Amino acid sequence: MNAKARKSPPGPLDYLRAWPIRAWLAFTAFYLYAPLITLMAFSFNDSKRNIVWRGFTLKYYQATFADTDLITAFGNSLTIAAVSTIVSVILGAMTALLLWRFRFGGKAALEGALGLPIVVPEICMGVAMLVFFTEVVPWPTELMWPFNLGAIIISHISFSFSFVAIVIRGRLASFNRELEEAARDLGANEWRVFWDVIAPHMRPGLIAGALLAFTLSLDDFVITFFTSGPDTITFPVKVYSMVRFSVTPEVNAASTILIVLTVALTAIALKMQGADVARAETGEGL
Amino acid sequence: MAGKALIRFENVTKRFGKVVAVDNVSLSIEEGEFFALLGPSGCGKTTLLRMVAGFETPTEGRILIDDQDVSLTPPYKRPVNMVFQSYAVFPHMSVADNVAYGLKVERVAAAERATRVEEALALVKLEGLGGRKPDQLSGGQRQRVALARALVKRPRVLLLDEPLSALDAKLREAMRSELAQLQEKVGVTFLFVTHDQEEALAMASRCAVMNRGLIQQVATPTDLYEFPSSRFVADFIGQVNLFEGRLTVDEPAHAVVECEGLSAKFWLDHGVTGATAATVWVALRPEKIELSHDTPAAGAAPDDCNRARGLIRHIAYLGGSSVYNIEIEGGRKVKVERANQGRRGAEEFGTGAQVWLTWRPDAPAVLLS
Repeated sequence: MNAKARKSPPGPLDYLRAWPIRAWLAFTAFYLYAPLITLMAFSFNDSKRNIVWRGFTLKYYQATFADTDLITAFGNSLTIAAVSTIVSVILGAMTALLLWRFRFGGKAALEGALGLPIVVPEICMGVAMLVFFTEVVPWPTELMWPFNLGAIIISHISFSFSFVAIVIRGRLASFNRELEEAARDLGANEWRVFWDVIAPHMRPGLIAGALLAFTLSLDDFVITFFTSGPDTITFPVKVYSMVRFSVTPEVNAASTILIVLTVALTAIALKMQGADVARAETGEGL
Repeated sequence: MAGKALIRFENVTKRFGKVVAVDNVSLSIEEGEFFALLGPSGCGKTTLLRMVAGFETPTEGRILIDDQDVSLTPPYKRPVNMVFQSYAVFPHMSVADNVAYGLKVERVAAAERATRVEEALALVKLEGLGGRKPDQLSGGQRQRVALARALVKRPRVLLLDEPLSALDAKLREAMRSELAQLQEKVGVTFLFVTHDQEEALAMASRCAVMNRGLIQQVATPTDLYEFPSSRFVADFIGQVNLFEGRLTVDEPAHAVVECEGLSAKFWLDHGVTGATAATVWVALRPEKIELSHDTPAAGAAPDDCNRARGLIRHIAYLGGSSVYNIEIEGGRKVKVERANQGRRGAEEFGTGAQVWLTWRPDAPAVLLS
């Protein structure tokens, strides 16, 4: 930076050259990340109580991995997230296609209803699920794993599939119908048109939707709390019960593992999606 | 050009709800033609094209290709291929994969597919670009991909929906002659839709002018321009001065049209097949009127015919030519186009000058509707 450049007034996009904006940015970043960083740092703290720094240790990670209850809960969470993601993506994609492609009675109502799980308070969803699985469709609790997770999986699907549908519906709105006609014109039947032209266009939406469904399921507490039984504890519910006794570094360690895992997954998905969107969105012409 | 009819529309009507997009159209397009469907937006030309492609089915009537009724045949079973307005090049496939797509669907063997794709790319001058992705191509190149992708299927008819509208002016001009050359080379019948009359005149061997779902006239570009059949066609194709008048003399060798409020009569060197005293319209193209400062010589026509005095009100300088807006006796405004052959045309006829307008006895076209 020479003196000349410093003298020129900031351009319309040079926000960062004004110090109040920089300070505000730093403030925001601090409030966003300080709690997380504290949590991670104290997972390495050699102290039973989470207050004073006593030195570096990995023993709480060892303890975490030795805690079979916690590992079981973690396994449950991953299984629930995986199954509910797969089912929600399929259901959501089909719903999005239906809404995009066809006109039918009650279409507006269905589109509106899709937004409900996003708007309805989670606690209400949780209570509704509890009532549903005790009064309407009692889900047997003594099934073998992973079928005993059925109630939780179903309730997770019921809220995450609408997120998936909305994301994919948005993606489909940018589809150029002439691409579909071009494929048909070149000899493709409906089925081939779908796989050769529409599905590739949907891909970024599918990935984004899957990512959303996975993370929503993985960290859901409220709804899961109401639908889990004594043998079907998930990771967030388990952490909650641990915290009720005391916030031990073991909880920190477990949470750190979860954070690292989600961040890594998100990064991978975003990277894939970014490359895909860049490819799909240019070259589409009108 | 007199080949056999390749596409026949027989009393084709298409309705969308209450809107009649195409109204009882009968038309035949012959083998090897470069045929244009021309008309303002909403005239039904695109609907007609889409019915040939199979994306719409006629409400009434039928469409035959090679004497086979294809009215209800799905698009993927028709011997036609289309170049879309947006080109619709598949963004996730390479150029070669785009061109090969139709052959792959048809299950053409891989070796033959590769040669045909190569041939098609060479035909549209895209050799060596097969590995590119569509987003690495310019608009003009993408159009070539769309052309190759359709031609590689060896269709009986190539359909083009507003083929040049998405290109910039310079490229559009170049593509006009290139498309015409391409058509000659491959010998496939081209059927294209356009709202741009210049494009239609420049490329087509025959045009159908449409308005409000009806075909107004089917003719060669020259006939459309010089012998329009109606006021709509005369006005839609190029510029025209229209005069409403009455046919007072109609003999085999000459005819006279008199217009109210206009001292000049139109004297024609041919007869008009219309009822005497009937209302007719005279269409006079701006470039068919000559300007002069002196009283022009009478020529074949009587003194009070085919000439008028006027005052130049406004001049639009277009480079190659200028369009003069002239108020003639009686108050009518007339457009006159004059080629700028010298470089001092502007000084010769300036705004506010009194001039004489004359036209040849064969210049005006008399329209009965």
